[in-house]
Amino acid sequence: MIITLIISVFIVSSIGAALAFVLVLSEKKFNDYGQCKININEEKELTVTGGKNLLSALGGEKIFIPSACGGRGTCGLCKLRVLEGAGAVLPTEEPFLDKSELDSNTRLSCQVKVRNDLKIFIPPELFAIREYNCKCAEITDLTYDMKQFRFELVDPGTISFIPGQFMQFLTPVYETNTEEIYRAYSISSDPADKNHIELIIRLVPNGICTTYCFRYLKVGDPVRLNGPYGQFRLTDTDAPIVFIAGGSGMAPIKCMLHHMKNTGNKRKTTYYFGANKLKDLCCVDLMHQFEKELANFRFVPSVGALEPGENWTGVKGLVTNAIKEDLQDASDGEAYLCGSPGMIDAVIKVLKEKGMSENKIFYDKFE
Amino acid sequence: MNEQSFNVQIWQAFIVFFSAIFTQNILLIYFLGLCSFVGVSKQLKTAGGLGIAVIFVMTTTCAINWFVYHYVLVPLHLEFFRFILFIIIIAAFVQFIEMVIDRYSPVLYHNLGIFLPLITVNCAILGAVLFMVIRDYSFIVSVGFGFGSGIGWFLAIMAMAGIRERLANDRIPRGLQGPGITLVIAGLMALAFIGFTGVLQQ
Repeated sequence: MIITLIISVFIVSSIGAALAFVLVLSEKKFNDYGQCKININEEKELTVTGGKNLLSALGGEKIFIPSACGGRGTCGLCKLRVLEGAGAVLPTEEPFLDKSELDSNTRLSCQVKVRNDLKIFIPPELFAIREYNCKCAEITDLTYDMKQFRFELVDPGTISFIPGQFMQFLTPVYETNTEEIYRAYSISSDPADKNHIELIIRLVPNGICTTYCFRYLKVGDPVRLNGPYGQFRLTDTDAPIVFIAGGSGMAPIKCMLHHMKNTGNKRKTTYYFGANKLKDLCCVDLMHQFEKELANFRFVPSVGALEPGENWTGVKGLVTNAIKEDLQDASDGEAYLCGSPGMIDAVIKVLKEKGMSENKIFYDKFE
Repeated sequence: MNEQSFNVQIWQAFIVFFSAIFTQNILLIYFLGLCSFVGVSKQLKTAGGLGIAVIFVMTTTCAINWFVYHYVLVPLHLEFFRFILFIIIIAAFVQFIEMVIDRYSPVLYHNLGIFLPLITVNCAILGAVLFMVIRDYSFIVSVGFGFGSGIGWFLAIMAMAGIRERLANDRIPRGLQGPGITLVIAGLMALAFIGFTGVLQQ
């Protein structure tokens, strides 16, 4: 019995070993393409061993291209532009590439084999995803339960991101928290300021990360962020813009407004800010500043409920009321929504009643 | 092997070949190899390349594994190792062929070789090899079976790709788009293929 077992294991292993040996030999003989240089965005040059596919070659150099199928050519996510050296588009790639992608030399990186020097282009937002070691530079109170945190980038020292994207904040272990967790917060700072990141955080009762930020984080403390992530961004059209966001949902909108100011954007823009109470209203001065600096911008705050003795001359009621009263024809416009799922669903309904088509409504749900 | 039994075997291989295409279609009756069937059936051209690669690999691996089974595993009484051994032999063979094609024939690599890694561990290939062993086919019949199964798979994916190319511009409910509708169509095609049952008696 035992002898049979040993013999059979021995035989099967030796067949496997023989096959592996043959494969290793043939790999050496057939698959030797030497050292290849990969030029990325004309900025960086990597030297890799040829014979692998581009996706894993880049992965080996810590450049991670999104891929869901693990390089088998079925998900179509690992797209990037190969400008030189890739050869003809393979039949496995064609179903995933439309005409504009074919014209721009977009390829599936898992199907492109590195056999010679390559010149590739990786979208900066992909290339830019990485971990940033930062230092907390400033904490500003915006309202009784919202703060703006300003982080100075230490290593690497600069970042570029698209307005509307978010970062993940690594919450360290502290008194009542036993494990490191990530939480996502939209970037609120001016994208022209490449050495700093600002996040607007609202205190969530018993929230692990927000409690840390409000109670424990001090100016000068080290902070780890990674990103930037996310597809929430302004389109390239001239359509009128409707921004709708309350509370910390203001963060990506503020970032977009900074960007519009920097680029001299003249699109007609209205920002509806919904506050539950007067004390939830924030950054009003900044928004009035934007009204002066931007060509065509209007800030419309609304307050849901007034406490006795408070004086408010603006729109009263929920943000949906403000839109119903103030927004005229929405059929040619685009809307950018940011906030709680409940608010977003209610607003989408009102916007559709106003004639906006659903594919012009973009949103970032804070869940 | 005398001449008469050779003729009988050729005849049997012929029958098995046709039954593997229609009545015993490995994809539509046994539902093997669905992963690449759903993933790579968006375009006729791509589907054709993958189909031909499957035909080639199925035929050759059936032949190789028949020898491995009858001249290595059976004499050593190691039949129970066939699953492991078939898998590694298929994988090694496909890898080897891919490397050779890649190096020496860019045209062939472009049309066929690129699909080989996709089917290295395709269950249809292993399925065909195991059916061959379970049904105790002779060598000639096994080759006919492997070839027929490959052609059956090829036909199924070509039909699916043709349908999906026509569906591309149709309005499909969002929840059904992509793999959902593909599986529904595969089910309908399988029903249609049941219609072939009775055409051939094995």
